[in-house]
Amino acid sequence: MPETVAKDQTTPVKLTIKDFQSDQDVRWCPGCGDYSILAQVQRVLPDLPHKKEDYVVVSGIGCSSRFPYYVDTYGIHGIHGRATAIASGVKIANPKLNVWVATGDGDGLSIGGNHMIHMLRRNLNIKVALFNNEIYGLTKGQYSPTSRIGQITKSTPTGVIDNPFVPVSLALGANATFVARSMDRDPKHLQEMVRRADKHQGSAFLEIYQNCNVFNDGAFFTWTEKDSRDTTVVYLEHGKPLVFGKQKEKGIRLNGFTPEVVNTTEGKYSVNDLLVHNEQDSTLAFILANMIHDPELPRAMGVFLAIDRTPYEELVQQQIAKAKAKKGEGDLQKLLDGDETWVIQ
Amino acid sequence: MAKSTVTLDEVTIRFAGDSGDGMQLTGTQFTNTAAVFGNDLSTLPDYPAEIRAPAGTTYGVSGFQIKFGSLDVLTPGDTCDVLVAMNPAALVTNVKMLRENGTIIVNEDSFTDRNFKMAGIATNPLEDGSLARFQVYKVPISKMTANAIADMNLSTKFIDKTKNFFALGLMYWMYNRPLDQSVRFIQEKFAKDPQVIEANIRVLKAGFNYGDTVEIFTTRYEVKPAKLPPGKYRNIMGNTATALGLVAASKKSGLDLFLGSYPITPASDILHELSKMKEYGVKTFQAEDEIAAICAAIGASYAGDLAATTTSGPGMALKTEAMGLAIMLELPLVIVDVQRGGPSTGLPTKTEQADLLQAVVGRNGEAPLCVLAASTPADCFDAAYEAARIAIKYMTPVICLTDGYVANGAEPWLIPRADDLPAIPVKFEKDPATFKPYARDEKTLSRPWAIPGTPGLQHRIGGLEKAHITGNISYDPDNHDFMIKVRAAKIDGIANDIPLQRIEGDPEGEVLVVGWGGTYGAIKSAVAEARAKGHSVSHAHVKYLNPFPRNLGEILYKFKHVLVPEINNGQLIKLLRAKYLVPAIGFNVIKGLPLRSEDIESKIESFFGGNHPGGNNA
Repeated sequence: MPETVAKDQTTPVKLTIKDFQSDQDVRWCPGCGDYSILAQVQRVLPDLPHKKEDYVVVSGIGCSSRFPYYVDTYGIHGIHGRATAIASGVKIANPKLNVWVATGDGDGLSIGGNHMIHMLRRNLNIKVALFNNEIYGLTKGQYSPTSRIGQITKSTPTGVIDNPFVPVSLALGANATFVARSMDRDPKHLQEMVRRADKHQGSAFLEIYQNCNVFNDGAFFTWTEKDSRDTTVVYLEHGKPLVFGKQKEKGIRLNGFTPEVVNTTEGKYSVNDLLVHNEQDSTLAFILANMIHDPELPRAMGVFLAIDRTPYEELVQQQIAKAKAKKGEGDLQKLLDGDETWVIQ
Repeated sequence: MAKSTVTLDEVTIRFAGDSGDGMQLTGTQFTNTAAVFGNDLSTLPDYPAEIRAPAGTTYGVSGFQIKFGSLDVLTPGDTCDVLVAMNPAALVTNVKMLRENGTIIVNEDSFTDRNFKMAGIATNPLEDGSLARFQVYKVPISKMTANAIADMNLSTKFIDKTKNFFALGLMYWMYNRPLDQSVRFIQEKFAKDPQVIEANIRVLKAGFNYGDTVEIFTTRYEVKPAKLPPGKYRNIMGNTATALGLVAASKKSGLDLFLGSYPITPASDILHELSKMKEYGVKTFQAEDEIAAICAAIGASYAGDLAATTTSGPGMALKTEAMGLAIMLELPLVIVDVQRGGPSTGLPTKTEQADLLQAVVGRNGEAPLCVLAASTPADCFDAAYEAARIAIKYMTPVICLTDGYVANGAEPWLIPRADDLPAIPVKFEKDPATFKPYARDEKTLSRPWAIPGTPGLQHRIGGLEKAHITGNISYDPDNHDFMIKVRAAKIDGIANDIPLQRIEGDPEGEVLVVGWGGTYGAIKSAVAEARAKGHSVSHAHVKYLNPFPRNLGEILYKFKHVLVPEINNGQLIKLLRAKYLVPAIGFNVIKGLPLRSEDIESKIESFFGGNHPGGNNA
């Protein structure tokens, strides 16, 4: 694990899932993937080394952004696209807080795309869970910046013609220090990714494939269904070769910079020929993210990148501490007086 | 030849040159020296938006006007007494600001055919008789500068950049000013380069000695210190005063200051100032855009900082939606709008008062907040401090309007004692047994401030309509009606917590001139002139624009006419007419420049001269 352990290790009372369930009725459509994401987060939070009162969940606008209402922590349901900006202010004001952002592909990558990339490059110690359903749900079915070319939606009756973002690639391009992908239908993996994101000291970007069963049902079934995902998904594990398939008989090999699928049971290749995952290699992270463009390749799930870089809010505190050490605690009267004064009798 | 000294009450000097000639620095140096000398003063920087427009062109001319005196100086002057022009373009663009018989000092070395062409003039104004109404002094500033440092082996480019100190030295001689303040400045600014220090000081002294030695200047002038109220003073610019007001509020409230900002002219200096004050615990966050700047401030406010965002008109427009969020969340937030010429990009470096309606009503839905305005550079301190006090007490965003003129202008400031500043009490909610996110204080109607990290007070707030008391999402029609009215009542109630409207002059009479913001000095001196002529005129300058002071209506009703001069097309007048149903008359000149007190005075005269004063134009 490349990350250092989270600093605040004191949990005075053992928290349970109930501590993170609010008194509000959950109002997502029945069958929505959001229910699973909420459940996994609520399951993980009690075990994390933070006080309940130190959690702040910030969101923007969209189905995913209702998330803060359903977890009993501090929270702000903000305005469309601005969750990462609001969260940045929360974290800079009080670096001790454990700040999460719940957002979606529209909120986080369309109207909020600018704030997202800038928060990631600054590396504020904020965790972003981006629920990607490749559609606008709350506004009832328009295409999003992750919708696929040709997709028929309410606002594209003849098919989407915009090239979509690959969220993981965007986060890597923004120099995020932690980038991961998971899915609503694999609770264990999702829980693990939430834990990993929490543990990371810096911005954590976690894309979660989420099924919108009303407006884009089955968009991710190729990769998320139990009977198919063994052959369509490769789970990334640090220091381990990329292996997948029902019998773990397949793997990913690098041919130059190009990944390809090989069979390790047919004699030509063995497990030793396979690509070994390294979470600290950003070049590799891009290669893995780009696998999405080749339909022959499995979809990568897990931690693409996890590297250390001092979080922004720590640097803010360091500069303040340095100025105080050098000039002493600021004296208001001295500041008001300025450098040059004169007295009138 | 003996030189005589004449004593003057006040003088206005305008320095003008290429934007690369250092005129802002020259003007600022003259200002600081006048301030330390004890003069009252007011300044007007007037510069183009382009950093370095082509040298010699009229659109690249940068100007700095200062009026200083031994009397109460209220404005930087409608016209100037002395124009220092470093090149032909500076002369032709600024000579219209010079009074009859005024003095022109030109750098005659720059009066070349090439520069005439750059300035778009056919003949040499020094020779074609067009300056006959003025006293013109032709000084070979470039040559004299080069001579002063000829032995130092410096580049022509460097020598050219130093010539502004020659002009400054000459003006110091002419107005009997000591050089030591500027010498100290040069020593500090160029501390790393002794050669630059020596060159600049030599040139400064050369300018001073030139005045003393050459026979063309026969008279020196003296402007005695002003009789200001006793106390300790400093010279201060508006944007600096705003920054200090915010830090003072932070210290007095015990909250860290968080500034979320995005660079924009003419507000950026507030960000620059605050970014230097880290030992005061100030956190400055230069966001990726205006929206992120205010949203981060909202987040910081939720977490318990004193949060502010600073901007100008176009940035205000971008922050609009987030202001609505802050109103819904009922969190303290100070929004400083340094107004500039609009609409759109407009006139970035010029002043205007055209964001008032945007500030008071420019949001979706019923979204009232408190609005106040600074009237002078030093008043920016009080306005920013007061904005923070109200924001915290009433859990509301407060807009503090300044403008390019007060922001970049300077004046002497009677420094307040930090201990005497009004207290800003802060109460963070602590008790889980009684906490309700949207329960209200009976008196102020403000909701509790419960910051993350407080055990047991976990709660969610957001932009959706809140249920009274619980703060849960509510679509209930009666609740929405109630919440809209209670948010409005909260803001209206601030009227009980602010001073009554002051009136300068008699409390009743023929004409009341009502102004707001940076027009204070111009209106005040216009009203003083009119009163000196025996006219029944008074002046009310409105600092609190939403809500208005409780007694404003009564004041308006006691005058036969209400005149509202503004640097916009009639905005305060709309608010006054709507609220008080008074047939107020506007005076609206929107040239990107401060109002001229002379123009306001002649408008006032029109009420007494028999001509009907209707119509909104000069």
